[in-house]
Amino acid sequence: MQLTGAQALIKSLEQQGVDTVFGLPGGAILPVYDPLLDSSIRHILVRHEQGAGHMAEGYSLATGRPGVAMVTSGPGSTNIVTPIANAHMDSTPLVVITGQVATSSIGLDAFQECDITGITMGVTKHNFLVRTAHEIPRAVAAAFHLATTGRPGPVLIDLPKDVAQSTMEWWYPVGPEDYDLPGYHPLVDLDEADVERAVALIAAAERPVLYVGGGTLKSRATAELRAFAERTRIPVVTTLMARGAFPHSHELNLGMPGMHGVYAAVTAMQRSDLLIALGARFDDRVTGRTAAFAPGARVIHVDIDRAELGKIRQADVAIQGDVGMVLRALETAGANPPRLDTWWSEIRSWQATYPLTYDDEPTEGPLRPQHVIESLAANAPAGTIVASGVGQHQMWTAQFWPFEEPNSWVNSGGAGTMGFGVPAAIGAKVGRPDRTVWCIDGDGCFQMTAQELVTARSEGIPIKVAILNNSYLGMVRQWQEMFYDERYSEVYLSPDLPDYVKLAEAMGCVGLRATTPKEMSDVIDEANAINDVPVVVDFRVDASEKVFPMVPAGASNDDILVHPSQRKETR
Amino acid sequence: MNTPEPFAGETAHSPVRHHILSVLVENKSGVLARIAGLFARRGFNIYSLAVAPSERHARFSRITIVVDAESTPLEQVVGQLDKLVNVVDIWDIAPRDAVERELLLATIATDVSNRTSLLDILGRAGASIIDVDPGAVTVMLSGTPASCDEFERALEDYSSVELHRTGRLAVPRLGQELTSTERGLR
Ligand SMILES: Cc1ncc(C[n+]2csc(CCOP(=O)(O)OP(=O)(O)O)c2C)c(N)n1
Ligand SMILES: [Mg+2]
Repeated sequence: MQLTGAQALIKSLEQQGVDTVFGLPGGAILPVYDPLLDSSIRHILVRHEQGAGHMAEGYSLATGRPGVAMVTSGPGSTNIVTPIANAHMDSTPLVVITGQVATSSIGLDAFQECDITGITMGVTKHNFLVRTAHEIPRAVAAAFHLATTGRPGPVLIDLPKDVAQSTMEWWYPVGPEDYDLPGYHPLVDLDEADVERAVALIAAAERPVLYVGGGTLKSRATAELRAFAERTRIPVVTTLMARGAFPHSHELNLGMPGMHGVYAAVTAMQRSDLLIALGARFDDRVTGRTAAFAPGARVIHVDIDRAELGKIRQADVAIQGDVGMVLRALETAGANPPRLDTWWSEIRSWQATYPLTYDDEPTEGPLRPQHVIESLAANAPAGTIVASGVGQHQMWTAQFWPFEEPNSWVNSGGAGTMGFGVPAAIGAKVGRPDRTVWCIDGDGCFQMTAQELVTARSEGIPIKVAILNNSYLGMVRQWQEMFYDERYSEVYLSPDLPDYVKLAEAMGCVGLRATTPKEMSDVIDEANAINDVPVVVDFRVDASEKVFPMVPAGASNDDILVHPSQRKETR
Repeated sequence: MNTPEPFAGETAHSPVRHHILSVLVENKSGVLARIAGLFARRGFNIYSLAVAPSERHARFSRITIVVDAESTPLEQVVGQLDKLVNVVDIWDIAPRDAVERELLLATIATDVSNRTSLLDILGRAGASIIDVDPGAVTVMLSGTPASCDEFERALEDYSSVELHRTGRLAVPRLGQELTSTERGLR
């Protein structure tokens, strides 16, 4: 069967089971948009290529399947670099297809030429420039294989226009042997000796903590984690990337560690004598000053990526392997710590003394952002997926939203990309149309990618957006207040400009607003009742509210600042 | 990519500071950029780098990278290199376990006054003359990096020396155990 390269690309995506592609056409990718018309694949036409990338990320984070985006060459391709870099930091599997100028023009500064494989070398797991139509099926199959196995990540395929237009005899690789990846071996065997050494460390531990990172979700090891934790009764902390990997409400869950972590989670790690890191990478936002992090802890570090082992913290037992596989091996070996009663009673007292908290709000408003989040959660159906932007609202969401299930938290962790929320929520809703999807966004973040609500409306993707409108780049404002003597520099945004209700309406969405607690509960009901179009709610929240606890950047986790109302008590 | 200072004083008497990574890569366009980019963005320094097709010529090339063992987190470098999809195998060779060689070419201005002394130096170093014209000679030395260093120092007294070195190649000494990342190629 003779196909054009463009047809072969679409057919290859179909072979991979792709149901949705997020994208926006242009000259170099034009040939591919023609056979797309005859395909079963749903294409979602975005308003900016950054939106396509974040949508693909949201789709992937909510479904566990790779997200796919397609854009044209030059500016189309550079516009999607931010989401690619974001996915690279968070190990999210993406396949991004970029058009490229014809092979004969490459290197000649042709119209909309851009060396996108060069630009994305450092922010992709791998990328390909496809030079013949015959190679297309292999490139696609290899891209999906690379994106989804080992440590997942984004893979880019750059497709010159003439390659898309030329013809090939259709074929498709049968399996990894056909992918021509002689240097890629994602499967690693477990070393039994490592497992035995880990078991011995666990048996000797008195203050162990399970330090659960996003890799646990990527490995789909949440059932194994739960079984292991429940049997050993080792306390669990779930990082920003791992919210939902272990039920929030579970009695063994201490919550999120790190810069804005729960006091008990941060302190349990600091005082621990054994950290069992599962798909976590000792990020500086978790460790604080690394030299002062968990000084008395031995470390068992499990990661599929061997370069993570020893990168930041030397492990006593470093195990390269899939988290699920290692947990199963530990279960088989019967790893059991001695009695943890003393440890738990210490932890319980920290939990009792320093719970997450915030002040009551005045009846006339403004609202407390934390209260908004708790109210949204209380009225959301089980299994609701939550996306967020980056800033204070993100930290409050991570703290106060009770994530019970894996893949229910869609967030930009490693890169901290403002503007991630709205498009990521759209992608999540496309992947999980059965679920309610809330985007809890900041007013600053919202303005970066809000135009994708036009996409949501026109494609019939009814997400709900809660803007925690504090009229500031709040997180930056918080740092200026606390560490720059309240010298506020370029952080004020205005609560009314834009008018978020009118902006929402202009984009075909329902726009609502709440200033008082009474209005808040009314609009939440109203928003929940709308399921056919996107809804945007402008929640007017207190601009002076800060995220606590907080470990100042570069400080030791021992110097954690708790909420002001908790500071007088003796620790 | 910064090129650190040469390993000054690295002789038979003082401790060895360098380390050798012999990296087998797929012979595809952009692979060298991937490796150089990785070193640059992670702040690892390359001291010297030599690239050429390998024994499995058409498909693979061998890149010999010499790094400063003191300033470079070797395990990190190997771990990060190993993640590059086009990297097939990494030999991590400590200098004491390696046979290292380097090629040096030098063009030296000559006249009657210095010709005899130059021939003397060439003879002692085991270098050979590979090109001559009335005012200059080009000489070649292949040998251990230390012998190249020594030869380079011996040439310091001559004006107008144009010097080229290839950077080291290294193979493990026969009978040495060697750490390799290779899994199941061939
Ligand atoms: C693209 C990008 N630019 C700048 C920043 C730095 N930054 C981090 S949080 C933040 C403020 C975000 O403001 P907003 O969306 O209103 O959220 P808030 O903190 O007020 O909840 C900024 C500017 C960033 N993370 N991403
Ligand atoms: Mg704000």
